[in-house]
Amino acid sequence: MAAMPASYFDVDGTLVSTNLIPPTLYYLLNQPTPLHVMQKLGGALLKAPTMAWAELRDRRLFNETLYSVFQGMSEDRLVTLADDVFDRVVRPAIYPGAKDLVQTSIDSGHDVILISGSLDVVIEHVAKYLGATGYIANRLEVHNLRCTGKLLRPVVAGPNKAILVRDHARENGHDLDECFAYSDSYSDVPMLSIVRYPVAVNPDRRLTQLAKAYSWPTISLDSAARSA
Amino acid sequence: MSHPCLVTIDSRSAPRTMFSGDQLVDVDLPTGTRVLYTKPPMKPLKDVDAAIRYAIHHPENSEPLYALLKPGMKVTIAIDDISLPLPPMRRPDIRERVLTIVLDLLTDHGVDDVEMIIATSVHRRMKAFEVRHMVGDRIFDKYWPDKLYNHDPEDPEGMVHIGTTEVGEEVELSRRAVESDLTIYVNLNLVPMDGGHKSVSVGLCGYRSLRAHHNPKVMRNCHSYMNPETSELNTSVTRMGRLTNEKLKVFTIETAINNNMFDRPLSFLAKNEDDLSATERVALRTLKATLERTPQPARQAIFQRVPSPYGVIAVHAGETEAVHAKIIAKNFEQYCVPVQGQADILVSGVPYISPYNVNSFLNPLLVQCMASGYLFNLYKGLPMVKKGGTMIIMHPCTDLFDNEHHAPYIEFVHRLLPITRDAVQLHKEFEPQFAKNPAYIEMFRTGHAYHPTHPFFMWYWGEAGRQHLGRMIVVGADNEYIPKLMGWETARTMDEALRMAKSSAPPDPDILALHMPPIGMAEVTAPAGRPPASSRRW
Repeated sequence: MAAMPASYFDVDGTLVSTNLIPPTLYYLLNQPTPLHVMQKLGGALLKAPTMAWAELRDRRLFNETLYSVFQGMSEDRLVTLADDVFDRVVRPAIYPGAKDLVQTSIDSGHDVILISGSLDVVIEHVAKYLGATGYIANRLEVHNLRCTGKLLRPVVAGPNKAILVRDHARENGHDLDECFAYSDSYSDVPMLSIVRYPVAVNPDRRLTQLAKAYSWPTISLDSAARSA
Repeated sequence: MSHPCLVTIDSRSAPRTMFSGDQLVDVDLPTGTRVLYTKPPMKPLKDVDAAIRYAIHHPENSEPLYALLKPGMKVTIAIDDISLPLPPMRRPDIRERVLTIVLDLLTDHGVDDVEMIIATSVHRRMKAFEVRHMVGDRIFDKYWPDKLYNHDPEDPEGMVHIGTTEVGEEVELSRRAVESDLTIYVNLNLVPMDGGHKSVSVGLCGYRSLRAHHNPKVMRNCHSYMNPETSELNTSVTRMGRLTNEKLKVFTIETAINNNMFDRPLSFLAKNEDDLSATERVALRTLKATLERTPQPARQAIFQRVPSPYGVIAVHAGETEAVHAKIIAKNFEQYCVPVQGQADILVSGVPYISPYNVNSFLNPLLVQCMASGYLFNLYKGLPMVKKGGTMIIMHPCTDLFDNEHHAPYIEFVHRLLPITRDAVQLHKEFEPQFAKNPAYIEMFRTGHAYHPTHPFFMWYWGEAGRQHLGRMIVVGADNEYIPKLMGWETARTMDEALRMAKSSAPPDPDILALHMPPIGMAEVTAPAGRPPASSRRW
């Protein structure tokens, strides 16, 4: 019997127009007291130059720097605010065609897995909303019910995504030769390269060029582009 | 005595000028070669608007259109897409003229619930500027995109299964059309395989219905696509169309155009090279030199973007089959040139254009579709070339695809054809996979890509030609890889190709060359003393 194909979807920029920063900001702006808010925002601002540098050098380092601002936040708050983050920040930013694309994949008999640098507590909502069958996302380390500001290994970013997809496929009986991967970003080329069917979605400039060179399908989930 | 459009080459004949993609190439053909030219364009109707009004008020086998209208009724107008005509028609396109009159009539009769669907079937979605060209500014500005839109056969809510024919063909059509009180089809019949039941039952259907006839088995039994009487494709479509017309109230408006493809400055391209005036010879030389020095995208733009001055030669309306019989008679009158006797070797240039590369490049799969499909099938009666004969084509066969329009074609050519050229294996093993490819379906539904099954259909389109021909030789290919994938031999020059073809032909072979575009057809009969066409010794 043939293995069930899987579709691996990057989320930020691919299915959702936001990136990791707006949900993080929402968390920072919703602290128990204004003083806590000031403290968190101040800490984040101090790390901004490092984050900008990391974004250019290494996506994994960027994620680790960004999520370090969660240090000291209670696990309760992390989970409870995830509902609001999804409702107010992420859901309005989901591309109009995202749900259709996930549904088409499911209708074609695919296992649909979201793979994202966002936090698992938020991505769980996205997966449920889009009808995905699973997700792979970053997880914050929690110690004594408080976030340490560190990400659990493996960090979901860049080339690690390729390893995670390969592991997931092996564990779940998916043949990568039948699998699809979707992303908007050049940083996901390793993940796109290990499946038979890579797809560029709302691609950035470098991925657009690469997709053209390798004749990868390119699609747009942006409503403005879709109606043209 | 042969028809004036069938010219025999003698020792004093000038070289023939043939298309090789978007280049023009001079070809010296052997003495005795017959060259099939197209008939001159038929005289267009003097008052097209009057002809449209007359047709809808005096329809065939139907009440006049106005008598079918009631205030408050739901009407869908389906329109042929701009894969027809080629190149696009100079504005106003005949569809704009018909729509203008029909929409005014609907308004006069209090019919407000009107939607127009571009009957793309599994063709790519037309872009806004293409639709505007087709329907005109006034209609476009008023109706696009809410009441004038492309058909979407992959919309699960937008399609409805209306029944199955006696031989098991499933008919699934646009829900909007099915649920309308009246469906009006506005057609443009470029070639005899267009129109008739194909309009609604193919134009508004999806893959589920198409697979009933767009498959190797049916395609092999078409002799030819251009002659509905001997086309299994047409037989299947007619069965499905009759079922459609039992369930839907359809009012068909069909139009036929002449073959006036090249405007005056280029009209010499359709002429016998021996009859060119001194000015025309200079113009031809200048055009060839210009094309040689012009980059490919600019050459493509020159030929594709310049609309053609087609003239409307017939308009009929009413019941589908009665209307189509009259229109198709006009098509045959315009195109068919009598030819006695089949050739051993058929020679043809392959031009830059096909119905499936409007505003994009003619990729290698479409070159195959043009050669083994369209050009081979431009006959009525006997095939132009004998069974097992050789076809020589001219085309660069450049390994280039439009990433936006032809995304699934790339995988078909570069992944599947190296595995197999067997149409049945492709149909059974790979077509179902492509049909469910979510990325391609997304590109089809929301971008401007052809449906993922379309490259398969393009391959099947060449199936009758592949089954009939012994050899295909391509002259002027800029690579060896693509012809090999297609199963073709290559030659650097026409002389070399003819030498190769003669090695498997009888002594003193009969050679027939097609001088196209513009479009023409051969009505081939057996030579005197040979078995008639009905004996089918092909």
